[in-house]
This record gives sequence, C-alpha cells and structure tokens, in this order.
Amino acid sequence: MSKKLLSGNEALARGAWEAGVEVAAAYPGTPSTEILENLARYKEIYSEWSSNEKVALDVAIGAAYAGKRAMATMKHVGLNVASESLFYASYTGINAGLVIITADDPGLHSSQNEQDNRHYAKFAKVPMLEPSDSQEAKDMVGTCLELSEKFDTPVLLRTTTRTSHAKSIVALDERKVLPKRAYEKNPPKYVMIPGYAKRRHPVVEERLLKLAEYAETSPFNKMEIGDSRLGIVASGPSYQYAKEVFPKSSFLKLGMVWPLPKKLIADFASKVKRLIVIEELDPFFEENIRILGINAEGKNIFPLVDEFSPEVVRKAAHAVGLVDAPPIERAFDKGALPMRPPVLCAGCGHRDVFWVLRKLKVTVNSDIGCYALGVMPPLTATDTIGCMGASIGVAAGMRRGDLEGPNVAVIGDSTFFHAGMPALANAIYNQTAFTTIVVDNRTTGMTGHQGNPSSGMTLHRDMHPEVDIAQVVRGMGIEEVATVESRDLDEFEVAVKKAIKSNKPAVVIAKTPCVFVTSHPREAYKIVEEDCNGCTMCFRIGCPAISKSDVMDEQHNRPKALIDPVACVGCGLCYDVCARQAILEGALKQEAVLTTHVA
Amino acid sequence: MTLTANFLLAGVGGQGTLLASDIVADVGMRLGADVKKSEVHGMSQRGGAVTSHVRWGAQVASPLCEKGAVDYFVAQEMLESLRWMEFLKPGGTLLLSVQQIIPTSTVYGNDQYPADERVISLVKQAAGKVLMIDAKKIAEGLGNARVANSVLLGALSAQMEMTAEAWLEVIVARVPQKHVELNRKAFYVGREGNWII
Repeated sequence: MSKKLLSGNEALARGAWEAGVEVAAAYPGTPSTEILENLARYKEIYSEWSSNEKVALDVAIGAAYAGKRAMATMKHVGLNVASESLFYASYTGINAGLVIITADDPGLHSSQNEQDNRHYAKFAKVPMLEPSDSQEAKDMVGTCLELSEKFDTPVLLRTTTRTSHAKSIVALDERKVLPKRAYEKNPPKYVMIPGYAKRRHPVVEERLLKLAEYAETSPFNKMEIGDSRLGIVASGPSYQYAKEVFPKSSFLKLGMVWPLPKKLIADFASKVKRLIVIEELDPFFEENIRILGINAEGKNIFPLVDEFSPEVVRKAAHAVGLVDAPPIERAFDKGALPMRPPVLCAGCGHRDVFWVLRKLKVTVNSDIGCYALGVMPPLTATDTIGCMGASIGVAAGMRRGDLEGPNVAVIGDSTFFHAGMPALANAIYNQTAFTTIVVDNRTTGMTGHQGNPSSGMTLHRDMHPEVDIAQVVRGMGIEEVATVESRDLDEFEVAVKKAIKSNKPAVVIAKTPCVFVTSHPREAYKIVEEDCNGCTMCFRIGCPAISKSDVMDEQHNRPKALIDPVACVGCGLCYDVCARQAILEGALKQEAVLTTHVA
Repeated sequence: MTLTANFLLAGVGGQGTLLASDIVADVGMRLGADVKKSEVHGMSQRGGAVTSHVRWGAQVASPLCEKGAVDYFVAQEMLESLRWMEFLKPGGTLLLSVQQIIPTSTVYGNDQYPADERVISLVKQAAGKVLMIDAKKIAEGLGNARVANSVLLGALSAQMEMTAEAWLEVIVARVPQKHVELNRKAFYVGREGNWII
C-alpha cells in the first residue's frame, strides 16, 4: 500500500475513485473546485461541470437512481442552490450510493458569507460526516456511499477550507468495482407528488432513528480518554487545533456529525468533569448536546465568527483559565502595512467595463465572479452583490423601487447560465426596463478558469458546441441586444447608453476575454517619461502593472507613472485614459492572437 | 531520528509559494516524518498575499503553525516578510528574498511600501538569524527567474544542516524535466552561499 501527500480535495477524489463512484458532477466553487478537477483524471468515472449546483446534484441523483454510485460536490453556498434537490432526494432515497460534498469556508477566504452547513444535515434529515485530515477525507467517501446504500439516503460529507486545502499523508487503496444496481420503476418511492411524499416522510423519520443507532458504533466517532478534568467534543480541523492546545485532555472526536450518538455523548460526559465543545461557526454540537439534557459549554468560551486556528483556540481557552500558557505575542512596531487585496489582473477586460460604468454614474447591480472586484478601489463602480445570479433580479427590483437614475445588472457568462437566465426571463415577462450587461470572458475565472456553457469547454477540456448568449437572450425575447468588444471604450459606452435609453429590458454582451484564455494583440506599453507629468489618471484604473516611478515630475512634485514590462499584457486601457498621450503603444505581436491557451 | 520543524512560506500570487511549500512537505515525508501542510489559495492569482504552512513531526495535529512557533520562515518578498513576522518563534530563522512586489494600493492610495532598510532592521530585531538572498537576481543570472525558489530551498537545506539528497530528489520529481539541471544549480548556489546578515 503506497502513501502519498494529498490535499483534502485530492483525497476526496481518490476516495471516490476507490469507492467505485461512476458519475460525478459539480459546479466550481472555492474551496471545493479541485475535487472534480482531480476526479477528472480517472477515466473510469464520468464527470462533468454542470451549469449550477442544483443541476449537478440532480445529475448525481439521477445516476444513483439508475444504479451507479454517484457524487456531487459544491462549496457551502452551492448547497443553498442545490438544497431543493437535497430535500427531495432525502425523501426518495437512492438506489446506488450518493454522496454530496459541501466545502464550507469559515473565514470567507473566497465567499459571500460563512455559513455552517452542518445545519443542512439536520434540516434535510440526512447523515453527515466530517473529516479532520486527508486520510479521513478519503476513507469517509467510501463510508458515505456504504451508509447511503445501507440506509437508502443521500449522505452529506462536509469539509472546510482547512481540510480541503490542507495536505497530509494518505494510504492509497485500489478501486472497488461494483456491479450496477438495476433500476426498478417505483413511482411511490421516486415520484414526490403529495400522496406519495406523505408516505415517504415517516420512512425518513424512521431512517434517522436507525442512523442515530448506527452513529453510536461508527468508527469515526471515538473517545480518547486522557485527563478527566476536561472533556472536549470536536470535529474537523477544530479537533486538530484542540489537540495542539489540549494534548492531555479527554476527547470525543465526532466524525459523524449528524445524527449524533446520544449514548456515546452521555457516556463521555459522565467520564469527564467539565464538558466543552470546540467548533467553528455555529454552536451546532453544543445546542444539540444541550437538547439531550447534558450541560456543555462552547460559545461562551470560543468565537462564533471567523475561522479557527490553534492560536484562536488557545487565546479563548487562556482567557477563561483552561490553559496556562497564552498564545505567543510577538509585538514589534511594524506600522500599518499596505494590504494586497485581490485585484483584476493586468489586461483584464472587466476593467474596461467598470471604467465606463463608473464614468456613466449608473447604479451597478453586480454578481459573483472576478468582476466582483469592480467594487474595489480605485474603480469602486459596484453598488450591490449578493449571490450567484442576484444581479438581474435585484436590478429589476431596484427599477420597480423607483431608483433615481438608471441601473444596470452586470453578470458573467458562467453566472448567467448558473442563475441569471430565470431572472432575465422574469424581466422580459414583466417588461421591467433595465439593462443587463453580460461580461463574457469565455471562462469561469475566479475559480481557476473552468469552462462553462458559453465557452463549450468541458471538465475534460473537450470542446462542445458553445451556447451562444446573444442567441439565447434573443430567443428569450430581448429585442435590444448588442454584442460589443468592450476594449473599445467608446463603442461600449455607446451601446450601454443606447440600451438604457431604449427603456426596455435590454442586454449588452461585453466581450471581455480573460487574459488566461486569450491574449491581447500588442506587447507591453511604455510610459514616455518626458511627456508624463504624474497626473495619476492611469493610476485610477487600478492596473497591477502600473506603479509610481522613482522619477518625479519637477513642476508638480509628484511621481511619474511606470509600467512593468513583464506584468503588462498590452491591453491598452492606460493608453486610452492618458490625457497627455504620454504612453507608447506596444508593438503588434507577431503570433496569432485569440488562441485558446487555457491555464 | 524524529524530524520536527515548523515552516512558513510567504509570497505573492505567481511567485510559486505553493510549489516551494509542496517541496518542503515532500522532503519531510521522504525522510519519514509525519507531515501536514496548509495553504490558502483561490484568489491568489490576482496578486494577493499567499502563505503556506508546513509542519514536520512524529505526529502532527494542526496543519497550521501557531504564531510564534515557526522555526524557518521563507519570505519571498520584502513586504510579506513583515506581514507574517509574528509567526516566527523567538530565535527562529528568516530566509528573506530581496524582492519588492508593489501592491496597487500604494499606487492609487496613500499606502507606503516600506523601505528596505526599515524591513531589514525590523526583521533583524524579530528573528534569531536573517539570511538575505537576492534569489530572483541569482536565478536570472542562471538564466531563468523561475528557479529563485530553488535558491531559497538550497539555503534552507544548509540552515537545517541536512544533506542535499532528499531535497534534490524531491525537486527533480517536482519540476519540469528540461529545468532540472538549472534547478539543481540554483539549489547549490543557495546551499553554498553565506547569506547571513
């Protein structure tokens, strides 16, 4: 048996392969994306990027109904999108095993909220497992599928950023090949009309009781009895941090986080003098243990918000005297350091769009993707961002709310297909007059340049027919459709103004090809030092290739601009905005441009 | 022999922080240590700060190092060395790559990138030992800026008083075939130089 250092996400993919998964579907989302990217390497498994998480889960459910082990993966908020499917699948149960991986993001490394998806297990009445390292991640996929088949239920597997993106040593096994389970037509089980669903509900409740019995003996729930003065209940990365801070205490490590093993918890509580729960985000264990009539502490000591770390746990524990040693504070006066917030890449086409929208002083209802960075200074063009697809619905609502002045929805190509289309259909249906700008960069950028229906590139990088956004919106009934190269600022501005003026539901498709997918036709631009007077105009586009030069403009006593010839990819926005023609265009590139070279 | 050490690697998206930390983790595993590694990526391609924690030990629980508990801090960029300095333990070793990557916030705003002298004086206060290496320039001199991390890893291997073998085996396995020789050269430049300031 060989061993390998794997990230949690790599281990989950390996676990799915070993456990005989045959169909897997996902929509990319940090920190879950690499699960399917790694799974795609196993040719025995059919895997796909679906257009959104709900579709991905439906695909996985269908495959499980048909008789093959299946998996759907998503980030935490993806399960919000897929939740309706989770709830019906809880009622129908499955045929072959189904595991649903939700990767939560405490600390919001790349998310719009920090939600604790353990609640979904209780809410949808399905079991949930949570690994605390890569070995458990790999092993638990197999266990989830076994439980799924044994108890006829979808099974949730929850990770967080620190499990998904942490690496640890994993022992590898071979792939199990399972015979396909025959699909048998059974409408009372698989058709959730009220009459049938009503009969499924008691089945679900009974199943939960049996699962709770099973939880008592799950090998992933284990007591580690040490010093009996303090007993700690923990799961996932919190368990690992707690082990660092309380190496000698007693632990109840819960690998199965729902349903809870009541007898095991009571037994553990009886063995220790003081029971505390160390859990990131919500007091999920704490509340459910208290419901059992067992006195547990938790959020009175440890934070309710943000990601944990060993020092977060130590600091909170030290504050109430649970540990003697405080965290090591290394205080030295380094002053305020410049931050490095994520910025639009040099040459990113979204920059053109927000430059123009800011100039037009329209209200911008934006969406989830790289273009969310349009809110960051210096562009600061964006008014609202909520969740995938919210831009168009919120824009319609602001219109109906009699917003003063025009507003536009801004949505990416992938997000448009994810959740934008229903909202656009609604705008057409109700004839709400506002403009939707689809920023079509031909890729799902923020999560690492995955394909989507617009680009036609699949998870396996096969090129399928592109779903043409202009045709789609025309087909839906938009009469005012313009497709423009937004790199031409004037053309784009004219198109947006015309769309707004039409006083109809209108769509402008701004072609903003991602610099990771295509390249600009010119080499790096250059500042003409003698012509630059440091006016700061080009600083205001927020391009990471432009910085302040050490050379000062004597007359105004301010630094001139400098373009980093390596970082500049030759888009030319700085050239367009420079009022003094102090920027030299890059030479035209020799090689063909607009060739796909996806990273 | 039990190998126990905490490492922090910090840089800016695009500097190869994650690959360098993968190499450190692999070396530990190859030598028989339990190893854990944690990093945050997702938006790093867009010029963000990137950090990666690596821990070697008999049995490692947390994949994250605690502040004040890092033995070896490899900073690939001047500003980032200051940003994460409190992770280094008192008496710990800092390997500082002399490179500035200017954040956009200093361009459109009033943020000031700290002067090299200030960074150096602060890190010297906080670290037990500081190695200052112009890794990028050395790498460019060797013919490819991308081997800068091998220079740093070579210096790290020497500081840890380890033989070169395990490190080179891992580097060879991790870098493209055509760059193996250059990386080996870079590793030895780092390993054999005297960088302590």
